[in-house]
Amino acid sequence: MTTTPVPETRRLDVQRLLGDNPAIVLTFVFVALFVATDIVNRVQSGHAFATPKQLSTTFLYAAVLGLIAAGQTLVMLTGGVDLSVATTATAAAFTVSRVGTHGAAEAIALALGVGLMIGLVNGVGVSIFRVNPLIMTLGVSVITLGLLTVEAQGQFTSLVPDFVATLGSERVLSYIPYDLFIWAPIAAVIILGLRYSGIGRMIYAVGDNPVAARLGGVRVWQVQLFVYAMCGVLSALGGILLVGFNNAADLGIGAPFLLPSVAAVVIGGTSIFGGSGGYAGTIFGALILTVLDSLLTILNASQATRQILYGLIVLGLAAIYARASSST
Amino acid sequence: MSEPAVSVGANGRQLDVRRLLRRHGWTVGVYVLLFVLILYWRSSTAVPWGPFDVQSVAIDALPLAFAACGQAIAIISGGIDLSIGSLMSLVNVVAARWMVTMSLREAILFMLLVVLGGALAGALTGTLIVVTRVADIIVTLSMLFVWAGAALAVMTIPGGGIPPRLGTLVTVDTVVTTWLPAALVILVVVVAVIWIPIRRSRLGLALYAIGSNRNAAYLAGVDVARTRIAAYALSGTFAALGGLALTMASGLGDPHAGDIYTLNSVAAVVLGGVSLLGGVGGLVGPIAAAFVLTLVKTVLIIRGVDQNWAQVIQGTLIVVVMMVGGLALRQKGKSGT
Repeated sequence: MTTTPVPETRRLDVQRLLGDNPAIVLTFVFVALFVATDIVNRVQSGHAFATPKQLSTTFLYAAVLGLIAAGQTLVMLTGGVDLSVATTATAAAFTVSRVGTHGAAEAIALALGVGLMIGLVNGVGVSIFRVNPLIMTLGVSVITLGLLTVEAQGQFTSLVPDFVATLGSERVLSYIPYDLFIWAPIAAVIILGLRYSGIGRMIYAVGDNPVAARLGGVRVWQVQLFVYAMCGVLSALGGILLVGFNNAADLGIGAPFLLPSVAAVVIGGTSIFGGSGGYAGTIFGALILTVLDSLLTILNASQATRQILYGLIVLGLAAIYARASSST
Repeated sequence: MSEPAVSVGANGRQLDVRRLLRRHGWTVGVYVLLFVLILYWRSSTAVPWGPFDVQSVAIDALPLAFAACGQAIAIISGGIDLSIGSLMSLVNVVAARWMVTMSLREAILFMLLVVLGGALAGALTGTLIVVTRVADIIVTLSMLFVWAGAALAVMTIPGGGIPPRLGTLVTVDTVVTTWLPAALVILVVVVAVIWIPIRRSRLGLALYAIGSNRNAAYLAGVDVARTRIAAYALSGTFAALGGLALTMASGLGDPHAGDIYTLNSVAAVVLGGVSLLGGVGGLVGPIAAAFVLTLVKTVLIIRGVDQNWAQVIQGTLIVVVMMVGGLALRQKGKSGT
């Protein structure tokens, strides 16, 4: 009885630190992982990983995941989840290369429109018809992929406009990736919007207690429709950057981002039940996963290992956060 | 929620017709729908409809029927198992990779081991849910990726095989008349052997009890943790059976073969009259629903619809079923509370 409290409180402190102020812990994890990758890379190939160039590359890679996970954050804050983000990104990437011959502006506008459509369908299913979000978004994902497969069988010239390719893969002043000019303003809008705007506060309210939110005058269905629509648009934006980076689209282009998008949000400290967390944590989550991905690439890990690892990361973190929130 | 979904077993004998119809109305409806679909299917084939068509639908529906059984048990107990599809893929590649060199007898023994493995895998998922206290949906979603990764580790591209005789067991053999495919008999026998004894035991009662009202079940002395683990173990068992059915039907291993079954199994369960809230329904409805979903796709393809379009239409149908189910839940929620 008297001996147990000591380890108990210490563990709780770490958890509380993680819960209250994830940025500190997450920065530490990010730096530690970066250093570890550096060491592994030095041992394996004799080259350093901790260089400004690699740091810049990490941000370049992370933008896609960061944007897809941004939508996922909004949805998860309301207590839902969107399993169609990867297919939405694929659809946007495919759209860009499909209509690329018409010019960059039209391609981007159409791709974002596709994302918005998918998001709205998800939103209507979840908010008005009350379908379980997992089922709804999984179903929409299957339908979208089927439509893409049908479309891909047709004859067309695929072309990624130069503007999109530059945006997704090049850097200005040799260190600043162009896609950061997309990601950073959006990140700022989301972080500030969640904190200060009315809709931002309502997103937390709906996630924390939908019944109380409804009784408090929040139109819950509108908030849900909004987050799923935004999630569609942000995933599409991620897909546009992705096709710019790859310079070609195939129907599996977005798939590797599905679980990492959930993992980034969970790592960032957003509760899977909604109502607490934010986008700042997710950004760290995306950066951490991107470095982890580099580390796994250096270690020559297969796609199989990655999937298993991401699954275990989500499970482990969800368990830690569940314990932390139940003990406070 | 006040409906005593648990009391079927004991005094189910002397129920009057109205009550029977109210309780099983939905299931009867699904069978009527299936019957109508079969008639429509029969009228839409160009060449006379024969035993071969029945055989091919039975083969197509078998994996989904098993998956639906597993999903139904998980949902009845108040959970949901999103890992069913990828567990089926894992079983599929494991079976195809190692059974290819086996004799028929070895292969059948191996299949029993695989089913046992499926039960253990499901029990592991259930244990994780109970121990970590994380929502069923998150744990099974994580396991979906773990099993999918494991399947890729076994086989990156489609390959492997099975003893030829094993394949014909499901795809060619018939029982007594040529109109009764062995696949159908296997389904009925396996479900009867596994589910009926459990349904009639304390465990069966406990499964419905924890799905209906977990606190009440706990207060009534049900071991909730153990029952939940058992539910997922059963779900894993049926997922393994589904994976084996997939292997026997295709004769190949494919690490993505099971992907669509996660969604389709949930759809079959909802269409089959099992409430997503838990505690209500059985396996008879979802099995019929599995055949309905399979037939819809078959009929579309027969009518000359492109395979991928058929997939899209089937997916849309599933989403619509979910939406209608969602509306029904909403109505029920309004009147109930």
